[in-house]
Amino acid sequence: MKTNVAELQVCSPRSIDEALQQRRDIPGLTPIAGGTEVLVWLNDAKFAGKTYQSLHGLAKDWRYVRANKDGTLGIGALATYSDVRFHPVVKERYPLLVESARVTGALQIQNRGTPVGNIANGSPAADTVPSLLVYDAKLKLKSLRGERLVDLKDFFTGYRRNVMTSDELITEIVLPPPLFMPAQQHYRKVGTREAQAISKVVFAGARSAAGVRLAWGSLAPTTIRALKTEAALQNGADANAAWEILQREIAPIDDIRSTAEYRRKVARNILFEFLNKLANTL
Amino acid sequence: MPMSGEFKEKILAPLMSISTGKDLKFVGKSILRKEGIDKVTGRARYVDDVKTPGALYGKTLRSSIACGRIKKISFAPNIPWDQFTIVDARDVPYNRVLQIESDQPVLCDGVVLHREEPILLIAHEDPGLVETAIRSITVEYEREPGIFNIGEGRILKQYDIEEGDWKKEFAAAEVVFEGEYKTGAQEHVYIETNGFIACWEDECLTVHGSMQCPYYVHKALKYAFKLQDDQINVVQMTTGGGFGGKEDFPSVLAIHAALLAKKSGRTVRLIYDRAEDMASSTKRHPSISKVRTACTKDGILRAIDFSFHIDGGAYITLSPVVLSRGIVHAFGPYKWPAAKLHAQCFFTNSPPYGAFRGFGAPQSLFAIEAHMTALANHLGMDPAELRRRNFIHRGDTMPTGQVVDEDPNMEALLDRALELSDYKTKRARWKRGGGKGISLSTFMHGTGFTGSGEVYLASRVGIATTKDGGAEVRVSSTEIGQGTETVFPQIAAEALGIDISKVSFRRPETKVVPNSGPTVASRTCSVVGKLVERAAGKLKQRLAGADIRQHYAQHGEAYEEVEYVPRPGLVWDDDKYKGSAYGAYSWCVNVAEVTVDPVTAMPRVDTLTATVDVGTIINPVLAHGQMEGGIAQGIGWATCENVVLKEGLMENHHLTNYVIPTSADAARIVVEFMPSPYSEGAFGSKGVGELPMDGPGPAIVSALNDAMEAKFTHLPLLPEEMLK
Ligand SMILES: Cc1cc2nc3c(=O)[nH]c(=O)nc-3n(C[C@H](O)[C@H](O)[C@H](O)COP(=O)(O)OP(=O)(O)OC[C@H]3O[C@@H](n4cnc5c(N)ncnc54)[C@H](O)[C@@H]3O)c2cc1C
Repeated sequence: MKTNVAELQVCSPRSIDEALQQRRDIPGLTPIAGGTEVLVWLNDAKFAGKTYQSLHGLAKDWRYVRANKDGTLGIGALATYSDVRFHPVVKERYPLLVESARVTGALQIQNRGTPVGNIANGSPAADTVPSLLVYDAKLKLKSLRGERLVDLKDFFTGYRRNVMTSDELITEIVLPPPLFMPAQQHYRKVGTREAQAISKVVFAGARSAAGVRLAWGSLAPTTIRALKTEAALQNGADANAAWEILQREIAPIDDIRSTAEYRRKVARNILFEFLNKLANTL
Repeated sequence: MPMSGEFKEKILAPLMSISTGKDLKFVGKSILRKEGIDKVTGRARYVDDVKTPGALYGKTLRSSIACGRIKKISFAPNIPWDQFTIVDARDVPYNRVLQIESDQPVLCDGVVLHREEPILLIAHEDPGLVETAIRSITVEYEREPGIFNIGEGRILKQYDIEEGDWKKEFAAAEVVFEGEYKTGAQEHVYIETNGFIACWEDECLTVHGSMQCPYYVHKALKYAFKLQDDQINVVQMTTGGGFGGKEDFPSVLAIHAALLAKKSGRTVRLIYDRAEDMASSTKRHPSISKVRTACTKDGILRAIDFSFHIDGGAYITLSPVVLSRGIVHAFGPYKWPAAKLHAQCFFTNSPPYGAFRGFGAPQSLFAIEAHMTALANHLGMDPAELRRRNFIHRGDTMPTGQVVDEDPNMEALLDRALELSDYKTKRARWKRGGGKGISLSTFMHGTGFTGSGEVYLASRVGIATTKDGGAEVRVSSTEIGQGTETVFPQIAAEALGIDISKVSFRRPETKVVPNSGPTVASRTCSVVGKLVERAAGKLKQRLAGADIRQHYAQHGEAYEEVEYVPRPGLVWDDDKYKGSAYGAYSWCVNVAEVTVDPVTAMPRVDTLTATVDVGTIINPVLAHGQMEGGIAQGIGWATCENVVLKEGLMENHHLTNYVIPTSADAARIVVEFMPSPYSEGAFGSKGVGELPMDGPGPAIVSALNDAMEAKFTHLPLLPEEMLK
């Protein structure tokens, strides 16, 4: 561990109120859910933060996956990938989420890491975020000032930046009732290997009577919905025309894991693969 | 530790019943690893598990430039430096690391020749404070331009071998075909990082550490500290893998730990984290080979002109012998009437490259094997057929001048591999460019040190009786996951005629065990094992049938030691670089089957089939383990292990971005042993450690070329390059 842990402070609230008070009163407090991101930074001393807030004590409040009477689904801030992946209602209604949780890290990570941590972390390569974007997920943000509901697609404001204020926590992911037939949904993670891989490109897509959804990771500074391409497809654009538009919605880069050119070609191939699948399930 | 019935029945029982069918009690049986239960239950103690109350934690300050001079080192005022032990070049009695040569300083003395070169060592009781402190030291440099490409810098070592009139052969040839082949660096990723604990007592130094070669460490400590042999004890702790990465590198680390311990008068722990280990430790030498061959229209080989270039990095370390093994494998298992072999290793401003499973042979064999397949395609011939027409046989002469005096049986290995993989059908069915490919490699790997190496080593092995009526094997050959601790007792028990449970393996420490040489070069089981066999035989003779327990009670410990005797007739000329490079070779055929995802060009090795002659199998489960592990490592080297170099430094020195295969990526691996015993190897065994690393690379790249209708000649071959 490159970080001198003796220099760090960790608060461990026992209740939601205590947690929110700490957030109001102590500046620069980094929440820890599963810690599968935070501990990697600490190990590398890549992060200057000195004060942390362990949410561990709130598991009784926040570790749940709940199917509500109104047809929505709530995923608590401390629900793990495994909690989500093996939940019967999620399995029945949200296959993209199951698939993206299944290909995240491997079992060890799935038993500790949380989808909320995946969102809050803000990596453009986050594997569950495209699935959640397709399902129109909303986030509950809570502070002592109150609670607000934010559309996931409006949550990110730039590379690892989001609309949360320093006194807020994400308490829940809310998924509206599902719109899509299983056969009209498609998920693709293009990693560096079969497991424990960071995505070079990740895609979730679906179609229903209400329209087509395309969500991508690792093609721009944030995970994105390709809204213009979606609209064009809705208006009858063919695959080549859709690709023309998608190209202008993405901004892939060269980095240590892959190249912009590869990401672009793969995005095109996945788009075609998805549209083909739709054509075959008409 | 109880085992589940299912595990015993379904997994263990079938493995235990594999045997070579000979009338032997322990050799050829899958005896459970002696240290296995300790490892899986966490009882085994690695160096980091050793408790050292009151010890200091050491850390290394490293260069952030690749080439230049140190102008100034400053220490920020926020740290209580007076509480720290700080060591620099002036504190080293003799500032040189002794390997083959002694050009490498223990600590930089003003001049920096590569990134991450050690400059200063610091130590303190508080490991956290050490981390803060190391970041509070700044070094100012005067930069100089570095050299990072093979061929641009000074020559580190060169060999030239010629046989027959190659000029005439090329001039008269019906077909001349040439190609250039490149291989990348590779990081070992042993599961345990490097580490040492050092302490001094009355002018005597003891180091505990993770290592392959206790006597290499001993030699290097003696040299740097100007000590006598008996002032040093090097103790090997349970070691989590090596693959060559703990052959030369631990010597540097042990000296560093010992320096801090000496100056502080305390016990010092110097244990690397993964990032430091990956950034600063040795890697496989990158290579560029140019291969030109002459043959008839029917594919009968007439001559080879092979030029082999490797990157040695900033210091000599083991590069000369890596280059040597590379060039004496470059011609493959084929008969060449004439040959010109040229090998050069160059200095660059990379951290020194070092030993890695295969030691230069995987690089040159990649070139010749990729070349053979490309040549077959050029001739419109099945690559299997081209090879079959040219295999070497007993009585043939290799380009090194070595007359083959064993039966390579390459035809039999090839036939069986083609049959097991259903090569013919698949090759006919899968059309080029259709996303699936099947291809092969045929190769050999020499057992033991190259040339006169074993003679110089003059390895010694000891065996002693024990009070409880058994025997103890004493060697400096280490258990590093491959099974030494199990196969040596198997060999000794067989030779002594006592039960395996009565034979133990003494943990190597140089104060106690004789020098049986380094744990490298596929030599342990076969070459050192033979000495174990002989020593045990000698002890048996001395006991003359007496009950060991009674003998011990009457006479105390009976100890026998034997020394390596060169095989008669085995001659090697170091000056001409000609002769018998190895006493024996292991032979192998690989067939790789791959599928490429059309959307992403992600390759998948579906099946890798290996037919193998490594002589007698001492322990089938362990031998399979060597084959499967080596093949997985070969798959990684070919398809995903991409060392991204920036100013010679591995930029992706983290497990996150240096991609090795996981179990989810592993191929179906089919291994069949077809042993032809070697008289000079323990119970007929030959080397198995490195061989499996040699073949997967070229077989996979050739199969990918078929799947993608492409002509790639390098590895790792990444999806980024394959996607059209
Ligand atoms: C070996 C390994 C493999 C991995 N593989 C993948 C993979 O395949 N795909 C992938 O997408 N990721 C992967 N990751 C990254 C990581 O596991 C995921 O991003 C995970 O979802 C993080 O969740 P966590 O609960 O562990 O987050 P933490 O590390 O606890 O936190 C992550 C971030 O979220 C913030 N945070 C956490 N909870 C809240 C909250 N309630 N409100 C506000 N902010 C909060 C934290 O402050 C921090 O900034 C991998 C990590 C490792 C170590």
